[in-house]
Amino acid sequence: MAKQSGYRRQAPEQDAPYLHPAYKSTVGRSPKQPLVRLPHSLSEITGPHFGHEAVRPEDRDLTHHAGGEAQGQRIIVTGRVTDADGEPVRDALLEVWQCNAAGRYRHEADQHDAPLDPHFAGMGRTVTDDNGEYRFLSIEPGAYPWGNHENAWRPKHIHFSLFGPAFATRLVTQMYFPGDPLLPLDPIFNAIPDKRARERLVSAFDPQRTESGYALAYRFDIVLRGRDATPRET
Amino acid sequence: MKRIVTASQTVGPFFHRGVVPIPPLSAPEIPGERIVIGGRLLDGAGAGVGDGLLETWQANGRGKYAHPADGQDKQTTPGFTGFGRTFTGKDGSFRIETIRPGAVPWLEAGQQAPHINVLVFARGLLRHLVTRMYFHGDPLLAADPVLQLVRDAKRRETLLARQDASPPGAYRWDIVLQGARETVFFDC
Repeated sequence: MAKQSGYRRQAPEQDAPYLHPAYKSTVGRSPKQPLVRLPHSLSEITGPHFGHEAVRPEDRDLTHHAGGEAQGQRIIVTGRVTDADGEPVRDALLEVWQCNAAGRYRHEADQHDAPLDPHFAGMGRTVTDDNGEYRFLSIEPGAYPWGNHENAWRPKHIHFSLFGPAFATRLVTQMYFPGDPLLPLDPIFNAIPDKRARERLVSAFDPQRTESGYALAYRFDIVLRGRDATPRET
Repeated sequence: MKRIVTASQTVGPFFHRGVVPIPPLSAPEIPGERIVIGGRLLDGAGAGVGDGLLETWQANGRGKYAHPADGQDKQTTPGFTGFGRTFTGKDGSFRIETIRPGAVPWLEAGQQAPHINVLVFARGLLRHLVTRMYFHGDPLLAADPVLQLVRDAKRRETLLARQDASPPGAYRWDIVLQGARETVFFDC
């Protein structure tokens, strides 16, 4: 059979831990037993695939909903999905969700006293092209309070879910905005020990991709795990 | 020069419209032995995790993954992707209706007992957890190389779904995030 390699593991300081007491919900939900190291077999190097048929062109535009235009600052979010060796990740399904410009999610569990926007649903999806590039149009999300500690506020963020080539490359993360004064105060962002790994989650203002008279632009490149150097028989 | 891999961040409590539920069985006519796995996702205090997201990835009944990396000379099942996505209910309960997977190969040689690969996402999980569900009573369990990585036999039991008295094909499997009955999770 063809030689198949597994995926390289992340350095612990470059990913979020399970237990991070500053983020209170981790205390009762993080495992206490050590994880069992799992070699990457066929079960881990395979994974679900979603083709371009899984998304419609309008799924990339979060600025229109229910026959009207969303309130807020329009933003174009683009980026390139690569693996750790810089190879593009093609045909990756990317799902995004976010709160509206006032900091409110269209969700029954969101009790924040900020207005809902009838023309903003807050979700989108797209698939990366042959170069690993994606693009969607949205509005800048607001910051919002949460119950983690006294006067806690989440920095502005967009949730990202990605399916790479395998079960072992699954990633759910959040994109942040450059210069957000709430970032140094956020226990979720700061749970990642390594500064450079944290900075990877902060998008860059992208003046070249702004559209005159229409929208600002942010660039958010995403890096998935790379293959092990040594192939093995499967 | 290797690039730093993008770190995980929690799925949070508001994912339900951002990621859509995907039933593992998308069509009624998919062949295979029908099974229904019912259980609860529980936290360290034994309370149900009502804002959990479970994703399942499995081979078909013949032990073939619908993915180009699976080079086995076995047929895929048209219409069966092997992937499912389920939200937990308010009490942490979940129900996964699928087909029983076949055995799949291990690394250079050998077989893995039939299993379903499971990812757990929730508020309070900064990154997802990886576990597996096997079938209690399966003759291949004793030789399964992944179960053998779990030295404590009692902990190994947390990966086994048990058959309900009825109806046929009904299994019970809880996922416990923390505590005395903590499920085995993998560094994947």
